[in-house]
Amino acid sequence: MTLTGAQILVEELIRHGTDTVFGYPGGAVLDIYDELYKNAKRLRHIIAAHEQGAAHAADGYARVSDKPGVVIATSGPGATNLVTGIANAYLDSVPLIAITGNVAVPLLGKDSFQEVDVVGITQLIVKHNFIVREVNELESVITEAFALAMSGRRGPVLIDIPKSVQKARCEYSGNCRSFYAPRQIKPELDQAFEAIKSCRRPYIYCGGGVIAAHAEKEVLKLSERLSAPIGLSMMGLTAIPNSYPLNLGMCGMHGKYASSVAQSEADLMIAVGVRFSDRATGNLEEYTKKCTVVHIDIDEAELGKNIPSIIEVCGDAKQILSRLLDELPKKENTEWTKSILEWKKKDVCDDLTSFTPGNIIGCVKEFCKPDTVVATDVGQHQMWVMQYYPFEKPRTLLTSGGLGTMGYGLGAAIGGCVASSGAETVLFTGDGSFGMNLNELATAVSQRLPILIILMNNGVLGMVRQWQDMFYEKRYSSTTLGRKTDFVALAKAFGADGCTVDSLHALRGVLESGIPHDGPFLVECKIDMDAKVFPMIPPGGSVKEIRLGGEDR
Amino acid sequence: MIERFTVGLIVNNRHGVLNRIAGLYGKRGYNIDSLSVGETEDPRYSRMTIVSSGDIYIQTQVIRQLNKLYDVKSAVILDKSGSISVEHLLIKLKINGNGNNGITALINEYGGKVLHLCDQFIIADITGSPERIQAFIDQSKSLGIYELCRSGALALSTDIKNTLQITYETKQGENEDGTDVL
Ligand SMILES: Cc1ncc(C[n+]2csc(CCOP(=O)(O)OP(=O)(O)O)c2C)c(N)n1
Repeated sequence: MTLTGAQILVEELIRHGTDTVFGYPGGAVLDIYDELYKNAKRLRHIIAAHEQGAAHAADGYARVSDKPGVVIATSGPGATNLVTGIANAYLDSVPLIAITGNVAVPLLGKDSFQEVDVVGITQLIVKHNFIVREVNELESVITEAFALAMSGRRGPVLIDIPKSVQKARCEYSGNCRSFYAPRQIKPELDQAFEAIKSCRRPYIYCGGGVIAAHAEKEVLKLSERLSAPIGLSMMGLTAIPNSYPLNLGMCGMHGKYASSVAQSEADLMIAVGVRFSDRATGNLEEYTKKCTVVHIDIDEAELGKNIPSIIEVCGDAKQILSRLLDELPKKENTEWTKSILEWKKKDVCDDLTSFTPGNIIGCVKEFCKPDTVVATDVGQHQMWVMQYYPFEKPRTLLTSGGLGTMGYGLGAAIGGCVASSGAETVLFTGDGSFGMNLNELATAVSQRLPILIILMNNGVLGMVRQWQDMFYEKRYSSTTLGRKTDFVALAKAFGADGCTVDSLHALRGVLESGIPHDGPFLVECKIDMDAKVFPMIPPGGSVKEIRLGGEDR
Repeated sequence: MIERFTVGLIVNNRHGVLNRIAGLYGKRGYNIDSLSVGETEDPRYSRMTIVSSGDIYIQTQVIRQLNKLYDVKSAVILDKSGSISVEHLLIKLKINGNGNNGITALINEYGGKVLHLCDQFIIADITGSPERIQAFIDQSKSLGIYELCRSGALALSTDIKNTLQITYETKQGENEDGTDVL
């Protein structure tokens, strides 16, 4: 069967299990969009307001659905608008297929209208990228891209398709297989066994890799077997139910007190699917002072990258943990677990009535199901969600961990909502972050996506201001926004609805009655501009310098 | 301890691969002292030799990061004692009034070849270990160097175990152990 390049693309996307793509049309992808039009029944296309939003939507879709997200953009400005979204997916190891159009092959390299070398631009933020110069390469490149995005450590792959290739015809097989074979390394477990057998104060540190490998159950079992508490990286936050007694929550700069203290007192850390980001570790020397580290990761380059002298175990987390579980005896470690539960008490906040961020999040949670997808933007509100939202199920959190992308949230919420078949989705955002990509409200409205937007409006760029407060002697350079944006009116202008609240009682009232189910709804919560995120370990610091806030409980 | 080390690589012989590898070194802050590249016996693949310097941490990371690249089929460190390393030098030397006796003697001593000869200068071709090439250059300085052109190192392991083979000959869609990729 001979097909055009554009037809091959659509057929291949469907063959690889794609049901929805996000994107924005333009001259260099007209042929693809024409095919999408003809195939609308087989492949849903959602047009975003901006390619960055589309990329974040595909990213959110991938995180929720456990499938690669697909985003399409035209050449030149369309392609460059994807860059932040691709980098975001790269740093969080999210499988993403970015498809860009380009000028016709004979026009490449001539600075033609809307030509950019997107393969060159994105080279350092993708697992791999391709430019397809011959239509007969297209089928195998797409197959390869899907295999690459999902195998080993996941990540974004970009395919640049010149317009002439979209138009050209060739034979289409429809059953191309991937050539890609990720390097296999035999995991060495002996040293790890020995270290685990002899430890007395074990601590399990688990990251996004646990979720990618579907190893949540194995981590739980390991924790039970060793009586080991679990600390989570931001990306790993949903791996273990919040209600599990030995789950200490997030660790790191804004991690929970118990999580950080237990880590610093442990004699063994079993780190699974984490990359030891500087935000998670702080001062590296202090971080590993007392403990042996067993690091389990599928990406060999992560082993020893940030933490020196560790016991390296390279491979699939689920398989490795299963093998460990087969042989490890049960341990009680009673003293250790007793101290853990003591430390955990310090994390309980007592005041439940005032209109504080923690209470706002708690109140919203009452109206959410355990599988409700929650997205965040970046800033204080993000950290508050990490600290106060009791996640129970994997793949229910969409947040920008590695890149810290303000403006990620709304796009991601759209993708997450679509991936969960239009179920109610919550976005926690700040006035600064929301201002970056709020045009995606238009998308959520047109797609009738029930996204509850909780806008924590403190009138400032809170997180930056917090640093200025603590480390720059309150010189609030450019963080007091002084804007007069009427967010509720704005939501209405986009065809959504919303309201403003300034008490828990009012918030509860709105959540009980006023939320529409066929589109986004914005609740602006006016919060104190001086509210801070605590605990905080200053950048590069250690648990010794942990600040608990106000009276330092 | 910072030391020079040589990486041998088999990569896809494709447009843009050099850029990806150089980009990786740049992004991670590793330096490249020299890089040479050429097609292998199988035109689908090229072999690169990259010389750089760094401690054991950088050496390990370089190899692991390189091995992650899609276009890299295999990357290993070639240890000094178990490998030979050769550079290539084209050098244009002045001929002075006294004739060229000293120069040709030197070239002969290094087993070099004279490629071009005229009234003013001689172009010679010398190959050998980087140290030997350096020694030749040092010795010819007094004779007067017009210009020179020096390749990066080419290196091969002398140990059969470290032979860089193209590990890509698995069947379509299969890992080396025969399991399915998809
Ligand atoms: C695109 C982008 N630009 C700048 C920053 C730096 N930054 C980090 S947090 C923050 C403030 C966020 O303010 P807001 O969204 O209002 O949230 P808040 O901290 O007030 O909760 C800024 C500017 C960033 N993370 N991303």
